[in-house]
Amino acid sequence: MKPIYFDNNATTPVAPEVLEEMLPYFSEFYGNPSSMHTFGGQLHRKIEEARAKVAGLIGAEPEEIIFTSCGTESDNTALMSAVESYPQKRHVITTRVEHPAVLNFCKHLSRKGYRITFIPVDNSGRLDMDAFLKAIDDDTAVVSVMYANNETGVIFPITAIGGMLRERNILFHTDAVQVAGKIPINVKDLPVDMFSISGHKLHAPKGIGALYVRKGTRFYPYIIGGHQERGRRAGTENTASIIALGKSCESAKEHLDKEADYLKRLRDRLEGALLKSCPDAQVNGDTENRLPNTTNISFNYVEGEAILLRLDEYGICASSGSACSSGSLEPSHVLRAMGIPYTAIHGSIRFSLSRYNTEGEVDKVIEMMPPIIKELRTLSPYGKEESRKC
Amino acid sequence: MWEYTKKLKDLFLHPKNVGEIENPDAVGEVGSIICGDALRLTLKVDKETGRIIDAKFQTFGCASAIASSSALTEMIKGRTLDEAIEVTNQDIAEYLGGLPKEKMHCSVMGREALEAAIADYKGEIIPPEEKEKLVCQCFEVTEEKIRRVAIENHLTTVEEITDYTKAGGGCGSCIPRIEEILKDIWHIKMPEMPAVKKKLTNLQKIALIQDVIEKEIRPRLQADGGDIELIDIDGNKVTVAMRAMCVGCPMGGVTMSNIQEKLKELVDENIVVETE
Ligand code: FES
Repeated sequence: MKPIYFDNNATTPVAPEVLEEMLPYFSEFYGNPSSMHTFGGQLHRKIEEARAKVAGLIGAEPEEIIFTSCGTESDNTALMSAVESYPQKRHVITTRVEHPAVLNFCKHLSRKGYRITFIPVDNSGRLDMDAFLKAIDDDTAVVSVMYANNETGVIFPITAIGGMLRERNILFHTDAVQVAGKIPINVKDLPVDMFSISGHKLHAPKGIGALYVRKGTRFYPYIIGGHQERGRRAGTENTASIIALGKSCESAKEHLDKEADYLKRLRDRLEGALLKSCPDAQVNGDTENRLPNTTNISFNYVEGEAILLRLDEYGICASSGSACSSGSLEPSHVLRAMGIPYTAIHGSIRFSLSRYNTEGEVDKVIEMMPPIIKELRTLSPYGKEESRKC
Repeated sequence: MWEYTKKLKDLFLHPKNVGEIENPDAVGEVGSIICGDALRLTLKVDKETGRIIDAKFQTFGCASAIASSSALTEMIKGRTLDEAIEVTNQDIAEYLGGLPKEKMHCSVMGREALEAAIADYKGEIIPPEEKEKLVCQCFEVTEEKIRRVAIENHLTTVEEITDYTKAGGGCGSCIPRIEEILKDIWHIKMPEMPAVKKKLTNLQKIALIQDVIEKEIRPRLQADGGDIELIDIDGNKVTVAMRAMCVGCPMGGVTMSNIQEKLKELVDENIVVETE
């Protein structure tokens, strides 16, 4: 059964044109781009072409792009570089709803003696800007705020935050893995110093990422060794995946406007229909400032993992913020930070779309979801009233 | 993604005995929506025979919680209350063909609901769990529950306690306390270990003996300035050498018999310990 895949914030399929572009670099062109001979050395040019394409997606200069192995490495590199570059500063600001790649790195810094401020969000997932302003001080080495949240799709005011930081000369990093290729971005107009991209979130394969570092930003490498990436990221280049990331950024740029409209239309239809057909359901997060492809809906009084496994029977893939589906015993840190009641967190389901989703697939979810919720509510000791209405 | 057995998936997709018995003779309610799972069990009991004529459940929780609840109702229907109380959380897990270890707490919840229902039938009032007796605030787990589940399931690590009761799986601040409780159970009250021991292969036995000596025996001797070295294992005959303060110690005999007792308890009834 071909899956009906609505979990694109977790990972996306590799685009056919991307796969085609990268394949020869596993077989025919296996050389090392650092070699002196033409066979290997010619790949260097290919990597530079890919770098220009990645830069092109976000309006950067090619030399501002460093290839990494994934979004997490990009995030870790950015933060490590910032604290290494300003060793006298011992304070880092981030948010309570970051991806673990930032959150846990900050916790690691805190164990090393850094002071970390985790900025709270309100119950629509919007950043508490007052708390943010209060947290900034002379000791702040770097601020890291995600561009958009992976669970709710809520977009943060990166321009406003960056503006405030620029006045004070504080480094600003944004984890943009969920936005790159989904909304138009031009770093020329965006006051950020570092910007993380992950390949597999935009139809390139897993195991490739990029970090944008604005020209003139102090930089300290995280992975130390050879001279690759101009000494900023050692290790023999992952040629095939770098070329794939270049290609995927190129096609993302090409389709960006049309695709965003398409995704938004599908998403809104899915969301609207589910809210209508399932009582006691609500959207989590600010719907005004949101990625076009994401919706996070809580079906109160039912447990997310149970919903996911029922959907799985029809080949429908989504994800949940419930405790049982997270692999830990605690439900989503994002929804908890938003103060969403537990009755709703445990029943939260995220649908995240990509250009490969169709109207027909949305229809299928709209058809299957209400009976699943209804049945699980009859199973639940809390679902009595609600189940009769559904 | 969890590895669920076919049996578990079946019971999750087509659960048996869903709902609520009208005018039930016994009700058992455990868990809470905050913790992420809750179970309400209702029973119909034949007054004369004490037999459970019908059992129904309502569960808020994941697939394994729903399947465990359904399994429980299947297992207790037709049994007398005295027979039913014999059903352990391990039995529930076995009925399902096994549970992922991180999901064992679902079977424990089933067992607890059963206990609560039987207590309800007998008119016993289970006092509400007092806040100060809670070891784990995040998941509202009492010391008593940790002890009981640890002993019944022979759990020795905090991780296992978390898998079975969730305690320690949240903020983690209760972990030191759980460690203390475990130490208390397994170091002081060894006899409470379950009597059934698994049959060991020779290699497993050797590994276990080494383990017990390393982890249980040596640290204590070392604390008193002594030490012990494992020389040979031949079937059930374990040869050791005493070192440092232990050599020629007048208490030597006591130590030797202690070591032998320990190995008998933890490894095999028939072990004899000899010195070199
Ligand atoms: S108190 Fe036990 S995990 Fe928080």
